[in-house]
Amino acid sequence: MDFDALLAADARIEPRDRMPDGYRRTLIRQIAQHAHSEIIGMQPEGDWITRAPSLRRKAILLAKVQDEAGHGLYLYSAAETLGVDRADLLDLLHSGRQRYSSIFNYPALGWADVGTIGWLVDGAAIVNQVPICRCSYGPYARAMVRICKEESFHQRQGFELLLTLAHGTAGQRAMAQDAVDRWWWPSLMMFGPPDEESPNTAQSMAWGIKRHSNDELRQRFVDMTVPQAEVLGLTLPDRDLSFDGEHWRYGEIDWAEFRAVLRGDGPCNAERIARRRAAHDDGAWVREAADAYAAKGVA
Amino acid sequence: MSLAGYVLGLADDALVLAQRTSEWTARAPTLEEDVALANIALDLLGQARYLLTYAGAEEGAGRDEDALAYRRPSSEFRNVHLVELPNGDFGRTIARLLVFSAYRYELLTRLADSADPTLAAVAAKGVKEVAYHRDHAAQWTVRLGAGTTESRRRMGAGLADVWPYTPELFTEESAALVAAGVAVDPVSLSEPWLAFVSGVLTSAGLVVPDVAAAPGGGRRGVHTDAMGPLLDELQSLHRAHPGAVW
Amino acid sequence: MLWEVFVRSRRGLSHVHAGSLHASDAAMALRNARDVYTRRNEGVSIWVVPAAEITASSPDEKEQFFDPAGDKVYRHPTFYELPAEVRHL
Repeated sequence: MDFDALLAADARIEPRDRMPDGYRRTLIRQIAQHAHSEIIGMQPEGDWITRAPSLRRKAILLAKVQDEAGHGLYLYSAAETLGVDRADLLDLLHSGRQRYSSIFNYPALGWADVGTIGWLVDGAAIVNQVPICRCSYGPYARAMVRICKEESFHQRQGFELLLTLAHGTAGQRAMAQDAVDRWWWPSLMMFGPPDEESPNTAQSMAWGIKRHSNDELRQRFVDMTVPQAEVLGLTLPDRDLSFDGEHWRYGEIDWAEFRAVLRGDGPCNAERIARRRAAHDDGAWVREAADAYAAKGVA
Repeated sequence: MSLAGYVLGLADDALVLAQRTSEWTARAPTLEEDVALANIALDLLGQARYLLTYAGAEEGAGRDEDALAYRRPSSEFRNVHLVELPNGDFGRTIARLLVFSAYRYELLTRLADSADPTLAAVAAKGVKEVAYHRDHAAQWTVRLGAGTTESRRRMGAGLADVWPYTPELFTEESAALVAAGVAVDPVSLSEPWLAFVSGVLTSAGLVVPDVAAAPGGGRRGVHTDAMGPLLDELQSLHRAHPGAVW
Repeated sequence: MLWEVFVRSRRGLSHVHAGSLHASDAAMALRNARDVYTRRNEGVSIWVVPAAEITASSPDEKEQFFDPAGDKVYRHPTFYELPAEVRHL
């Protein structure tokens, strides 16, 4: 069967199948961007591992951030089945020629941010990712199945952390509300621009890479999250939130901010890339040594 | 020394090295190594939690793992200096992991036969973890020692950095607990430890550094300059919210 | 260097492809596979294979490779009609 027939039958495309260049390029860009987001996403929360206020939370957070390294690795592997190399993709990230999710350009200012990232950011990521488990490209879909399975604890630990703070001291409660105030709108932006400004959506849908529009997924997330905020006893910073009998309607998103952060003017863009490059550059001698040792053939 | 004091030493070694190892998060040379180091940190953190809980119970003053981890001053931490040293580069991190996990492997292997059933159980579980850490460090030591000129230089330098802190591992602690078959005599670990480590160094084309011993004193609560900042980072958030539940 | 990882999830089952990873030598590949793909108790045994060492059939040969097996219905037990009263066959 050729490419179009496979798509029409909702069958999976596999690495060695013939595929249009545009499909291959779109997938490489999307999977790489997804992988970059996982490894840059380790930073805001990762900085709290050494400061976690209980040993139980320290273990949970370390395991969670470790998962993100693993998820980046699964995704780079999926991209590599399309004929690119991880090292080249990392170069594109380090030189700013490929993007990562702009959500990670916001700072994690306090401990409650760890819980809020788990609840809102991972929650939004899950809504985005679940449909990709049925993506037309087999390796990407399979990586996503593994990731979604592993991630199921990420959102829960965040919610539990916030719930504990919300029922804690006045200081803890204030910390939780402040974090939710800062992360709510950026998490809505994670679904990308509104449908009428998302020119690539139609093609991605036709290719079976994307299954739902940005606004559809965003609405699904809001509908899921508003009742959870009520359980937490925390307020979402949107006066226009109202239930119309079917959906929770939300206020206007500040797309100018979204575009500024995407352009590189977010609070942490430079810091995130600098940290990532430093890790890569500091590790160069180790990778070279391992390759040199393997080349000697003693292993 | 009391049993609680002895257990605290075992716990603090694991806790402090878990803290140091977790500093590598998002900083390792490859993604695969980031995952590997996090596994090691999680194992050590797990050992620390069991041991702190046990130390708290033995002490009988109502302190749980968090009370012991977060509300003791530096002078009450009983870890050896080796684990509190800053990570340095990957070469030093691996050198420290090699000498520490080789030591802890010998220690836990013997402690698994302790007359104290709790310690014996924690040790029996921990020895499997530490065997893997020791292997991980040994593998890297050989790769770096026999890799490039630069990696050989860095691995040798890392080893020289940590070596002065190894005699402290084998300093006699509590003769009474050893005599009772509860504790392991650290002095007895020195020989098998050196046999293992020098075997790895030989495979790596490296030699045992010829450097003077550092003064030690960690088991008595005397620590290096690195310990203060480490505890600040570990404890400050917890201490800023007295009585809070997390 | 890219390696493919196969994990046996419990005794009695085959090794199944779990994913890929990078390692410079086989010993490192095996340990990386342990750290990356068995963190949640997923395995009791691991194989690693250099990705370049796998010989794979090509999608271009798919028809001549696999279609001829399609009409050999007599290889399947359901092809045969038996009297209803026959048991254990």
